[in-house]
Amino acid sequence: MSDKMKTQKTEAPVGRFSGLARELFTGNALIPVLAVLASFLVGGILIALSNENVQATAGYFFARPGDMLSAIWQSVFGAYDALFRGSIYNYHADNFGDGILSLTQTLAYSTPITIAGLGLAVAFRSGLFNIGGTGQIIVGAVGSTIIALYVPIWPGPLHFLVAVLAGILGGALFGGFVGFLKATTGANEVIVTIMFNYIAVYLLHYSLTSWLKAPLASNPQSSPIPQDALYPSLAGPDYPLHLGFIVMLLAVAAVWWLMNRSSVGFHFRALGHNPSASKVAGVNIGRTYFLVMAVSGALAGLAGTSQILGTEKYLGTGVAATYGFDAITVALLGRSNPVGVLAAGILFGGLRAGAVTMQANQNVPIDIVYVVQSMIVLFIAAPPLVRSIFFMPKSKEARA
Amino acid sequence: MKTLKRGAIRVPIILSVLTLITLWVAAIAPGGETTIQINSNATATGAAGEAFRFANIITSTAFSAWLTFGLTLLATALAWWFALTGRVASRWLSIGFGVVFVFNILISLFNGQTMTITALLHGSLSLAVPLIFGSLAGVLSERVGLVNIAIEGQLLAGAFVSAMVATLVQNPWVGLIGAMVAGAFVSWLLAVFAIRYVVDQIIIGVVLNVLVIGLTNFMFSTFMSANSQVFNAPPRLPSFDVPGLAQIPVIGPVFFSQTPIVYLMYVAVIGVWFALYKTRWGLRLRAVGEYPKAADTVGIKVYATRYRSVMIGGALAGLGGAFFTIGQSLAFGKEMTNGAGYIALAALIFGRWNPIYAAFAGLLFGFAENLQYSLSTVGSHVPSDFLLMLPYVLTVVLVAGLVGKVTGPAAAGKAYIKS
Repeated sequence: MSDKMKTQKTEAPVGRFSGLARELFTGNALIPVLAVLASFLVGGILIALSNENVQATAGYFFARPGDMLSAIWQSVFGAYDALFRGSIYNYHADNFGDGILSLTQTLAYSTPITIAGLGLAVAFRSGLFNIGGTGQIIVGAVGSTIIALYVPIWPGPLHFLVAVLAGILGGALFGGFVGFLKATTGANEVIVTIMFNYIAVYLLHYSLTSWLKAPLASNPQSSPIPQDALYPSLAGPDYPLHLGFIVMLLAVAAVWWLMNRSSVGFHFRALGHNPSASKVAGVNIGRTYFLVMAVSGALAGLAGTSQILGTEKYLGTGVAATYGFDAITVALLGRSNPVGVLAAGILFGGLRAGAVTMQANQNVPIDIVYVVQSMIVLFIAAPPLVRSIFFMPKSKEARA
Repeated sequence: MKTLKRGAIRVPIILSVLTLITLWVAAIAPGGETTIQINSNATATGAAGEAFRFANIITSTAFSAWLTFGLTLLATALAWWFALTGRVASRWLSIGFGVVFVFNILISLFNGQTMTITALLHGSLSLAVPLIFGSLAGVLSERVGLVNIAIEGQLLAGAFVSAMVATLVQNPWVGLIGAMVAGAFVSWLLAVFAIRYVVDQIIIGVVLNVLVIGLTNFMFSTFMSANSQVFNAPPRLPSFDVPGLAQIPVIGPVFFSQTPIVYLMYVAVIGVWFALYKTRWGLRLRAVGEYPKAADTVGIKVYATRYRSVMIGGALAGLGGAFFTIGQSLAFGKEMTNGAGYIALAALIFGRWNPIYAAFAGLLFGFAENLQYSLSTVGSHVPSDFLLMLPYVLTVVLVAGLVGKVTGPAAAGKAYIKS
């Protein structure tokens, strides 16, 4: 893939998505809402198609069409009702405290997704396609696990802080190495980061079956993280919300400042807009590649720490789960803008949290989230498609 | 004396490092013997039998390790000499070095066991088939100006649809057609979003992969796994010998006693190469990928050419996906392609966007992937996670170390907006 391609692939989204004001005036602000709606429609069709009652009633559809229609309604409504109860507020619960548990679940899920998404957004805006979120999360998680488990001598807060820093450092090194390879050898970062994901997964599995394995565990997993290295809980032991959520909000602000107000961020964006021009303007391209990937990886590593030191409280093979790819979709959906990423992260966190309830109550596989997630990104990326689905008039640019 | 270019000494440096590794392997070589069996086992699948058999070679592991060290040292010295005198070393030097190096490692790992050459090649080819089909899809797509990250999704869709269709109609051939349609459909989506909606091509590729993973996982969990006899028990494509060619020693049983998908792959590699470089169709296709505006000016329909080429590529990737299921008589499994599409992408880059080179690159990756199976059967003491990692490490080493900055089709990744 040539240099020219890299220039192009960053120019298109940046140019098209920049003017928020313009979008509001041309009615484009409605598009994300409609895109989400359309994706839920597609998800609903899938849920209905896979439902056994719907399939059974379809057999005699022409005799009694009402049966099938009600079966469709029940399956789709039941699923999305469970999604709501699992992600926002469970109105079946006895009291407010139990009902709101769902919302805290959503925020807890959204923490690693958003932080890793911020990391990828930094890379995307700098013209680098970091697909290596999974690997960087894993390396960060391993780094903080090592500190948390094997260096127990520090007093409380220091132990926690160093564990978090180790996670950030691990992700930064793993990501930065890709930038280093790109700067020195010209290796394509898309390929290298994807390969590093697989390498990290196998390294993690190896570590968890050998030197990192908990002595008595039968599964490949580490010992539990000691209390003093954990993220402090925010809302008491009954809720999954921990300090990582605040860290996430700080990270949003920090990335906004980095990309929009700092000179380093200016170099990043210049590289994203036009590498040749920024080289002429005096940006050290190789160093910037490294820095972009290191910052991107550092954020992914931070996401890893929130999993290990906050949510799971031990290191298992599923630490990165699907967060690497969630982060990509979140960064794309948020248009690589920190606040947008936050919104998208909370949306997808809600989908994750709700999907668990949906699977438990309505027997709808959790994989539906993948489908809805990718449909949302597809629809958002193609506003004309959404317009034609909802019979909206063409935008001004399209008519011109 | 000419000044040395930075790139000129890269190859000698890499060879030097590898030579040190062979020295290390020789130094720690165990004192046993390794048997090298060149032909397939007499009882193996090759029904026709080979025309003649080579005798087995029994070698002392330590001796062969020192011998290869000597050879690699010689090659490295040659490479340095070429580099320092400003000559261009033949690519065959690196290739020969690589073959000797890998052979050396294998002999040490197989110490005390029998290493069957045909088995190694057969396994490599089997794992390479989807990679080669995938990289052909990439060639057809990128040569016409569309970056195809969605190869993974095309393979997975092909695997899923072929397994389901073949089971439903109890006919593997119909499954093959279904796989091609599925692959072409995924690449049609890629083309629609990239061309009509002008969405960034890498983004759309990644998203399509996630979409296909989600859809196939969802359908697998909802109805496929529960009723596997109805939906997921694909009949096997019959394998047959090519008359005459199958009797060639070593090569025959490996390459010409296969399922039709493999023969289709040979045809596809040659066919894509011929179409790209020897026909007017291919010339136009490449023109669109290099400079769409010029192509448009002389009357080539840029969009139509892109749609057509990308969809043909998708159909080929679908065939590669079918190899996972009906090609090996396996049921479909969740995410069973396991990153093959991305490795195919690496093979495509390593093969410099040329179908024939890409096919050889695919074979190389297939070989690396196959090592874990052959080494786990001999009970190697290397942890399996490291063997599983091997193809991915190899990809990074090749892409970063040997390929470096390569230039693909000039317009790949760029949307063309007709004005």
